[in-house]
Amino acid sequence: MAQKKIDIKQVRQVAKLARLDLSEAEISQFTGQLSAILEYVEKLNQLDTANIEPLAHCLPINNCLREDNVKQSLGTEKTLENAPDKDEKFFLVPKILEDSGGF
Amino acid sequence: MSQEILKLTCRQLRDEIAKGEIKSSDAALAVFAQIEKYDGPIGAFLNTFKQDALQKAKEIDAKIAKRQNIGALAGVPIAIKDNMCTTFGTTTCASKILENFRSPYNATVIDKLLAADAVLIGKTNLDEFAMGSSTENSGLKKTVNPWDKSRVPGGSSGGSAAAVAAQMCFAALGSDTGGSIRQPASFCGVAGLKPTYGRVSRYGLVAYGSSLDQIGPLTKNTEDCALILNVIAGHDEKDSTSVDEKMSPMCDYLAGIEKSVKGLKIAVVPQLFEGADSEVVNAVKSAIDIYKKSGAEIIEIKMPHFEYSIAAYYLIATAEASSNLARYDGVHYGHRTKNAGDYIEVYTKSRAEAFGQEVKRRIMLGTYALSSGYYDAYYLKALKVRNLIRSDFTAAFGKADCIMMPTSPTTAFKIGEKTADPLQMYLSDVYTIAVNLAGVPAISIPCGFDKNNLPVGLQIISPAFAEEKLLRIARMFENQTDFHQRRPAL
Repeated sequence: MAQKKIDIKQVRQVAKLARLDLSEAEISQFTGQLSAILEYVEKLNQLDTANIEPLAHCLPINNCLREDNVKQSLGTEKTLENAPDKDEKFFLVPKILEDSGGF
Repeated sequence: MSQEILKLTCRQLRDEIAKGEIKSSDAALAVFAQIEKYDGPIGAFLNTFKQDALQKAKEIDAKIAKRQNIGALAGVPIAIKDNMCTTFGTTTCASKILENFRSPYNATVIDKLLAADAVLIGKTNLDEFAMGSSTENSGLKKTVNPWDKSRVPGGSSGGSAAAVAAQMCFAALGSDTGGSIRQPASFCGVAGLKPTYGRVSRYGLVAYGSSLDQIGPLTKNTEDCALILNVIAGHDEKDSTSVDEKMSPMCDYLAGIEKSVKGLKIAVVPQLFEGADSEVVNAVKSAIDIYKKSGAEIIEIKMPHFEYSIAAYYLIATAEASSNLARYDGVHYGHRTKNAGDYIEVYTKSRAEAFGQEVKRRIMLGTYALSSGYYDAYYLKALKVRNLIRSDFTAAFGKADCIMMPTSPTTAFKIGEKTADPLQMYLSDVYTIAVNLAGVPAISIPCGFDKNNLPVGLQIISPAFAEEKLLRIARMFENQTDFHQRRPAL
């Protein structure tokens, strides 16, 4: 079999970029599955796209401009309603000012 | 009585309610009785709102008694795919990460349905974050196909399709990123419309692939698709990609639906039939023959880039997903790990604990496709191929009013049949995905049954913003057949 499109080391790096703390079993499984998918998408290289513009959006769209007026927004209370940890005004998270290393 | 009510379409029910022949409360009671009786084994709903729905139905009955003005969906019980935000109940996306999420606002489509006096009865199951083709990726519940409970309902709007097929609602909203309205509609024998990208506001639809996502109806027939599109379509200042109505004006999709299209030209792509099951091919070819007999001209065309759509889609959609799902950080809302040391671990562990396998896989694939060194080879390449795929559609619509093909290469497959191999699952989207990449509208309508009595879907694709004509074309078929009137024995 040809070399895998993506190896375990790369999968670990992608998991780090994607902020996913994957288990060893997941990393190994994804290495195989992502390789198979990347192998499949190789078929795009059968097409010559040298002179083709990339299409990020399928329909013509224009900038949407509006008057810069103050409107009703959700407000603090509603915004915090679903927070896993909060006080009266803020989302609470573990301390972030120390060097948390690595990212 | 209640069984008779359940047989009605949205349009028929609304007319009966408006005339005072049927009470909205009785329609709601009939629907909840059906859910209580059948949804245990089917599993279409994640959440129902019996008390609120009955209250709303009573208010509508009171309006009618007082001869007040009523909306276009007055008293009609409708279900919502659970990736659309509602201030009532939870909005879970069938994910453990949002299991207890209560939206502080309504999606625009929800406000529009409520303004039309619809009765919203519950939220339906889906593949987690709409990522899947069978609803087996739901992190919360299993949904089965009402026609055969050993089979999948399709996905990702599987709960919505199963609920309509089992008459547990009169219509449902779904969302379609790569076929997620049309394929479950096909598997469950109902009508499912994916409107043109931008025709319906995505505000409050939890984002998956933002350049592809579109909300649309799943209904008992095309008339009801038109009725609901009339209510939910239109520009929304809260969605900058919703279409400027000066560019493409809205119209009444229902008014002319019975008017058949004269001189109809239908494009078919013979190569595309090669990959489908023979029974599916036969049903779709018979459907096209019916159009031919009523005077339509059939034009054989090629769409040389169509076969590249799955490869392009699974790079573009996952790239967008990896970016959209970065918002699940364990801080603002949703699941937070109890095992975090520092704030980075809040992020990495919360996500790892609560996302399911398919969601993780797509985030990984998308992150890889966008990462430095691979961006040009994968993501940018896919966007260029997307342009070529769109040009196939532009060329086709230069010759024909619509394109017809199967919605899915098979009828509903067995539960567990494709879960071990993600690529096999992706390949089942072969006919639906190109439509999202091109942004054009398409509908799936029932056009036959296979030897196992499973429904087959005919997919009809039209140019952007031609929904009015698309619905008329689909209605021509319904007027000559009864496939859309068949319901599963529950």
